[in-house]
Parts: sequence; C-alpha cells; structure tokens
Amino acid sequence: MTKSSKLGRSISRRAMLKGTAGAVSLAAGSGMITGFPYIHAAEPKVLRYLGTAVNEGDEISKKCLEDTGIKIEYITATTDDVTKRVITQPNSFDVLDTEYFSLRKLVPSGNIFALDAKKIKEFGNITPVFTKGQLPNGKKIGDQGTAPWKVLYLEGANSKTFSKTPTEFVTLIPTVYNADTLGIRPDLIKRPISSWTELLNPEFKGKASILNIPSIGIMDAAMVVEASGQHTYADKGNMTKPEIDLTMKIMTEAKKAGQFRAFWKDFNESVNLMASGETVIQSMWSPAVTKVRSMGIPCTFQPLKEGYRSWASGFCVSKAVSGPKLDWAYEFVNWYLSGWAGAYLNRQGYYSAVLSTAKANMTADEWGYWMEGKTAVNDIKAPDGTILEKAGAKRDGGSYDDRMGAVACWNAVMDENDYMVRKWNEFIAA
Amino acid sequence: MTQDRKTFVAWLQAAPMMLVFALFFLLPLLFVTIVSAWDYNEYEMIPAFSLRGYTDTFEGCIADLPNLCTILKTYLNTLKLCLLTWGLTLLIGFTVAYFLAFHVRSKTWQIVLTLLCTIPFWTSNVIRMIAWIPLLGRNGLVNRGLEGAGLIKQPLEWLLFSEFSVVLALVHLFTFFMVVPIFNSMIRIDKRLIEAAYDAGASGWQTLVNVIIPLTKPGIVIGSIFVITIVMGDFVTIGVMGGQQIASAGKIIESRLNALQFPAAAANAVILLGVTILIISALTRIVDIRKEL
Repeated sequence: MTKSSKLGRSISRRAMLKGTAGAVSLAAGSGMITGFPYIHAAEPKVLRYLGTAVNEGDEISKKCLEDTGIKIEYITATTDDVTKRVITQPNSFDVLDTEYFSLRKLVPSGNIFALDAKKIKEFGNITPVFTKGQLPNGKKIGDQGTAPWKVLYLEGANSKTFSKTPTEFVTLIPTVYNADTLGIRPDLIKRPISSWTELLNPEFKGKASILNIPSIGIMDAAMVVEASGQHTYADKGNMTKPEIDLTMKIMTEAKKAGQFRAFWKDFNESVNLMASGETVIQSMWSPAVTKVRSMGIPCTFQPLKEGYRSWASGFCVSKAVSGPKLDWAYEFVNWYLSGWAGAYLNRQGYYSAVLSTAKANMTADEWGYWMEGKTAVNDIKAPDGTILEKAGAKRDGGSYDDRMGAVACWNAVMDENDYMVRKWNEFIAA
Repeated sequence: MTQDRKTFVAWLQAAPMMLVFALFFLLPLLFVTIVSAWDYNEYEMIPAFSLRGYTDTFEGCIADLPNLCTILKTYLNTLKLCLLTWGLTLLIGFTVAYFLAFHVRSKTWQIVLTLLCTIPFWTSNVIRMIAWIPLLGRNGLVNRGLEGAGLIKQPLEWLLFSEFSVVLALVHLFTFFMVVPIFNSMIRIDKRLIEAAYDAGASGWQTLVNVIIPLTKPGIVIGSIFVITIVMGDFVTIGVMGGQQIASAGKIIESRLNALQFPAAAANAVILLGVTILIISALTRIVDIRKEL
C-alpha cells in the first residue's frame, strides 16, 4: 500500500465517521457493557440512572444515598440519545427516566420491564392527571398526542400492548411533568401576548424561535396553525400526511420570510437566545424562563388562550435488571415519590406526581406560590437557595389547576413519524 | 528466496496497520452499507432487503422537476459552503504557510508560530462556536462597535445564524489543516531553486507562480482533502452557527439517527461517502500525490 492511497482512505474514513459515528459506535458498543452478577450481599447498592440532564440533580442523588443507601450513578444523554440507548444497549442502565411519548418506541422493543403497581406505595395517590386524564377536581384535560394515560398500563407483565383499562403492570411511574408555552421578553415586546399566532407574527421577524426536535417543533407549529384558524386538527399529536404537508408549508413560508432567528435544541441554548435578545418570543421550558429571570432579565412564561403543550416523564426499569437490584429500583422509585424529591422538583417550576407528599415537604408559602397561584408572602428561593422571585410575585399562568387544566396536547410520536422527519429535512433545506 | 522474504517482511510490517484498518474502518463500513439496504420501523431495524432508505432520500427528485428535491438542494448547499470554506482556507492557509516558510528565518520561531496556529484547538469545539455569539450577535461586540462608530443604524442581522457565520466558523476552525501540509511542502523546496529564479531575472510574482506553487501542489491537495472531507460531513458547526436552519448532508443523517431510522441514516451516509470519494478522486486526478511525494 502506498503512502498516498493510505492517506486518501483514512480521510474518507474521517468523513464517514462524522456521519455514521452514532450508528457504528452503537452497533459496536451494544452488549459490551453488561450488568455483572451481584453475588455478595454486602455489595454497595448502586443503580445506573439513564436520563436527560433536566432531572439529574446532584441534590437528589445525595439525599437518596442519605435516606436509602442507594448510590445513583447518572448517565446523561439528550432525549433522542436516551431512546437510542434503551433500544440498542438495554444492559447499559438499570433505571430509566424518560418521557411518555417515547414509550411508543420503547415498549415494542421489549427492553422495558413493566413495574408492579402493587409494589409502589404511593401509586394510589398519583395525581389523576396520569391515571384518568383529569385534574384532582375532576376536570378533564386535553388528550391530543401521546397523553400519559394512554400508555400507562400494559396488558400483561411481558406484553407489548398498551392496555386501555388500568392493570397492575405500569410502564412508567410518573415523576415530573409540566405544561409548556411560549416564553417572551415583555420588555422588548411591550404589549400583551395572548395567542400562539404571535409566534409567526411578522412583527417579530428574525426574533422568533422553536424547538429543533421535529416531533415537538411540529406540535408547536400546529398550535400556531390552529390558533390562526387555518386548520383544525383531529389530533395534533397524530397528524395525517396532508396535515403534515400543510403545517410544514406554513412553517416553510415563515422560515423563508426570515421569521426564525435560530432553532434551539438544548436548555442552555434557549436561555442564551432569550437572554441575549436574539429572540423575543420562542417555545421554552419553565426552568429556562426562571433561569433568564434569575439573570435579572425580564422573561415571561406566557399563558396563551389556546392552552399548553404538555409533557411528562417517569421511571421504568431495564428488562435486564433482576434480583436485589430490582428491589433497590422499587425502593428508589418509592423514595422518589415519598415527598422530598417532589418538593425539590416543584421548587424548580416542574410538577411532582404525588402532590400530597410533596406538599408535606414544602412551606405553605412555597406551596401557595408554585401550586396555588397565590402571591408569594416571602422571597421564593430555588432549591440551592438563590432568590428566584421577590415577595409579592405570582407564578405565570397561575395555579396547578389553571395550568394543567388548560393543556391542549401532549408531546407525541406520530404514526407518520417517518414521513414527518423527511418533511422536516425538507423544511430545513428550504 | 530473499525476494520472497523481503515481501513477507514488508507485509508483516504493514500488518498491524492493516488489521486496525480492517477492523475499525472496513468492517464498520461494510456494516453500514449492509444496514443501508435494510427495512425499519419505529423502533428497530428489520434485516430484510429494502431500498427504502435510498428511495425515500431521492423522493421527489423527478416528480418535482424543475424544482430541486430536498437531497439535491441539501447537497448543493453543502457544496457551496464547502467551496467557500475551501477557497478561503486555501488563501489564508497558503499565505500563513508562505510567511512561516520564507519570511521566518529561525527554526525556533517557525515552531513557535506554528504552535500559535493551534490556539483554536485548545478549547472544545462547542465552546469555540458559542464564543462567536457575544461577538456577532444582535447586541454583540461587532454590532455595538459599528453602531458606536455611526456606521450602521440597525444591528446587522446576517452576522450570526447565517451562511456568513457558518463559513466564518469553518474557516476559523479548519485553516490550520491547510497551513500544516502546505508549510510542510514549502519547507522542503530547495532554496537554491528560488535563488536560481531570482538570478534568472524572475520577479517575485513569477517565482511564486512558476516555482513555489507548482512545488507546493501536494501540500495544497492534501490540505484540500482535509478541509473538504471535514466540511462535507460537518453538522455540528453548521447547526450551531446556522441556527439549525441551514441544511447540510450531515444534518440529514443526524435527524434520521435521532428518529431511530438507522437504515435511512446509513443510506445517507453511503451517499455522502460516495460524493466525497468522487470529489477526492477528482482532486487526486488533477495532482498525482503519489508521484509528487
């Protein structure tokens, strides 16, 4: 082999790797990391926790170790990579923290262990948002998209089919959820915003942004299309091909007209765009709004009349987990629902699954501000002690019932997902 | 007998590299190619022959004529970015290398200055790119400066999240890949040739065009191969600097992978590999590096 041909090839390898590193490394890596059998009883209790950075607080793992003796080892990945990992390397984690909409991909893969509802102490106290699709006061909430109650139960322990009626086999034990809307910079917009249509309002040309996760971005787009009266979807979370075409056409026109400054994919990107004034209106997450505000920059998580797009995540266990490890996993989930973690999540602007236990771990003032939409009596502090809001502040969107009650749709995986991804690439290329 | 022995030793010497090459390059590449012809559903690859990954990719290429289909638009755009980056890195890289090779006399300074060129690589790729935002953003340093100087009234929007910013970041990142091979070629030019050209009455420009550039060709081609292959497959820089709104061949693969459509991603990777190989073979046809080295 001559020098030059070696060089030529090693470089095309470089190009190749850029594109296929993911696929190749996943293929090569699968099955390499296995759970070693736990023989000694005195083995330290360790659980490998796979999830996105959003829920993986050091405080939670510290407190968990203190209370239960279980050491949590975080494996952090993006939403998409978490799903990839579950499907290709089910042996590489014990506990999985993922979103309900991913279940339509994860459950058919057979890599998820159905948890036994009877072993979850607080299962009966989980908010009816998850179990029945209604608020604690009985009000029904929007069920478009992959709503949690549609995918909460399996027909049997080893079933790959979701059950329509409650069974004891639970896919994900809910942990945290929220209702998402648009974040705005009130100081730069200087007028009230009340509808999703504002996202594509030419007034904000070059200053708008959406999420760069196709399945979520298209739902925000659908909220806009529906709000502007151009089309009413039977289910925004499960569009037909003509509906996808229509939605992407409207988005493409907006993109060509220069409506969007940039699309964001990660929490910090969304904070940077908003804080630097690159965007003044964009889809956003509640803690990101809080973060912008804690930098001293005005930012509102604006409630809109068409409602919220909601998401929810929860815990499940890898099929590869068994023996004492499975018991620890149950112990961990039970600890998580027992209140301390719930209060921690609520203080970040998320919602916890078991409201009663979280309430017991929060002060009346905190509970009033975060959950009841009341005016804060004292300064509201983040879990780490920094001041988030001064006394007298009120939460954007109001109480739990106001916010969760106004949910219009849930994050989803569509039946036409493959077509949608192709259309999304077309949209980017336009 | 001795001839056979020599050949055997030569093969033996090449064996470790060949083994690594076969195991970590040829084999995975083979897998990718095989997978690209598989079928898939929402959550798994189905090992049944299907060219869906390819046919989906070229969807609308004939039906939409005279409009361009997604994949052609994407490749045209990628090629455009690639060409711009290549031209600029070549110009800057050649100039820097020329300065280092012919104007810096001491070896120590040559080494020190070459090391300075690696500064962009001291931080991570992502940090390097994020650093552009406070500089080029709507309220960034450049816009503030221009406004302060009274040159513009409105901030320039095209400075960031545009093709301009993408090319700027790519040039910033990859000029070094041009500098090194060109410098390497230049340093090996026999200084007496330049003296001879001068003695024969050639002007500085004539020496550059007729002596230095022809002798630097292998370096230029090697540098070009580096830059072109990296830019063709890039999706991180184009994504971040283009505000995720600029299409690139790498990005198509990324969004397919993220949707767990591995065979479709593999098909796109094979197409990208094919296009890149075509460009490289065209380049090596212009200059036979094998002969020149």
